Amino acid sequence: MLAVEGLVKRFGGFTAVNKVSFDVAKGEILGLIGPNGSGKSTIFNLLSGTLPPSAGSIRFDGREIAGLAPHRIINAGVGRTFQIPRPFRRLSIFENVALAGYFGQDRHSRTKAYDSAERALAMVGLPTDRHATVDGLGAAGLKKLELAKAIATGPKLLLADESLGGLDESEMDQAAAMLRKIRDELGITIIWVEHIMGVLMKVVDRVMVIDHGEKIAEGLPHEVSSDPRVIEVYLGTDAEATQAVAQARR
Amino acid sequence: MEGPTTRSMAGWAVGALVLIALPFVWSDPYPLHIMIQILIWSFAYTSWSIMGRFGLVSLGHGGFMGVGAYVTALLWNHLGITPWIGIPVSLVCAGVLALVVAYPCFRFRITGHYFALVTLALSGIVLQVITASRDLTGGSLGFSPKMMPADSIFALQFRDKTTWYLIALAMWAVGLLIWRKVDRSMDRYALEAVSEDEDAAAAVGVNVTVEKLKITVISALMTAFAGALYCQYQLFITPDTVSGISVSLQMVFAAVVGGVYVALGPTVGAVITILLAETLRIGFGTKAVGWDNLIYGVLLVLFIVFLPKGILGSTLDWLRLRRRRG
Ligand SMILES: Nc1ncnc2c1ncn2[C@@H]1O[C@H](COP(=O)(O)OP(=O)(O)OP(=O)(O)O)[C@@H](O)[C@H]1O
Ligand SMILES: [Mg+2]
Repeated sequence: MLAVEGLVKRFGGFTAVNKVSFDVAKGEILGLIGPNGSGKSTIFNLLSGTLPPSAGSIRFDGREIAGLAPHRIINAGVGRTFQIPRPFRRLSIFENVALAGYFGQDRHSRTKAYDSAERALAMVGLPTDRHATVDGLGAAGLKKLELAKAIATGPKLLLADESLGGLDESEMDQAAAMLRKIRDELGITIIWVEHIMGVLMKVVDRVMVIDHGEKIAEGLPHEVSSDPRVIEVYLGTDAEATQAVAQARR
Repeated sequence: MEGPTTRSMAGWAVGALVLIALPFVWSDPYPLHIMIQILIWSFAYTSWSIMGRFGLVSLGHGGFMGVGAYVTALLWNHLGITPWIGIPVSLVCAGVLALVVAYPCFRFRITGHYFALVTLALSGIVLQVITASRDLTGGSLGFSPKMMPADSIFALQFRDKTTWYLIALAMWAVGLLIWRKVDRSMDRYALEAVSEDEDAAAAVGVNVTVEKLKITVISALMTAFAGALYCQYQLFITPDTVSGISVSLQMVFAAVVGGVYVALGPTVGAVITILLAETLRIGFGTKAVGWDNLIYGVLLVLFIVFLPKGILGSTLDWLRLRRRRG
């Protein structure tokens, strides 16, 4: 479904993503992990067209999408969330999602957009009431809204940038269960970004690890979590992550 | 989205009837003249706020108005082309001008203050071009469309103020309808989103550049139309009354004072500005020339800081709050 080859992103002299290649098969959940600042969100920005790549190819459903404008990539069937939620505060919750349902599906029709919005909101567990405002949402609610917007665009591939910081343990489990449900019920292929391994390892089919913009490992969760390079990277970062590695291996 | 209740429908119908009947009951030329001015300028301010409400603050609308007025009048005087064709041609010119200025701005993400500055240059340039093409336009002395010996539909010239009042009223009503149409469209959601966060809007599929261009062109066409009709009514225009930075600022001021988020806000703004200008003119005569611009400037800053929703917007908010409490 997605074939990425030699993806590069430079910011001035700094290379944030360095020759990353990977494939995503239809129906899978691919976990993308790596320490802070390793380039995960940047990869998402390249895939969704928010930033143009410096080099490399991105084939989605057999079609080259590298460097296309974001609205075209979204309409081709890619949906994305932002790590830090970016709701539109001048619109109600419902309008936020209806907007995505309309403009993310080739402006097909208002009815279809509203239907998509209602389904997406129900899916993530937000009220479908037309007037509820964004201001009433907490951190978890804003993440749900972010997800609802992405789903409402009717994606075949969902890029979920879910650094679950700011959520407690049960909220994290809920979020993980949610992604699984989105894949199982809507048949959406998912790339899930995270920097803590624990929760992610339970849900994903495959994991890819990046560090300093380079891919250092890829494989099944248990293989990756016992990979010495991965352990080194995580040992080198923070204690919490180390624990997560240990947990995942158990 | 509230559907029209019978009561509000009846309210609108009565309002429309009163406005239509007005010149037949009360036909003093002076108040009628003021009413016509208010209606034409209301339409122009509504045109501005159709994009201004989305944070697209243009200081170039004087330019569009000038193009509408001068292109129509020049075609008539120099080529004998009826305004019925001249006005559409002038609209096309204004639309092209809007695209030429706005496309690079939007493509390269020139927003906020920078957008305002680029459009400010547009006002200045149109004014300069009109003033400098003295042989064609009469320069700063002004320009009069050639008068027909009698009223003429072909030349769109009427001596009778009642006719003009009805034309201006229709135009104003159409302006409100366009405002409402935009307000209820999905494009409004897109533009609200774009005004907050362009990347996030693009990430839900909005073609940011196209959405901004569409609303800019609609706004420019409407403004040019206001210019053309203003010229047909006054039968005399100068570069300073229909173009230039002061006209642009006047639009911003009136729209902001009345309120850009409500349909009738710009109309309230027109009533206030025109009555203010008239009062100064009658009360202080030529001594007060330019005072209105000074007062606008000061009030504009005060409004942006203390009453960003404008007079009508804030009043409606206040009434709504009271009704909920009471
Ligand atoms: N627009 C930008 N301009 C310059 N540098 C950037 C830009 N975006 C990201 N970077 C840099 O690229 C590197 C990778 O950032 P990125 O946000 O992709 O990391 P990440 O893996 O998502 O980290 P986290 O886990 O904290 O979310 C960082 O060093 C960051 O400072
Ligand atoms: Mg990130």
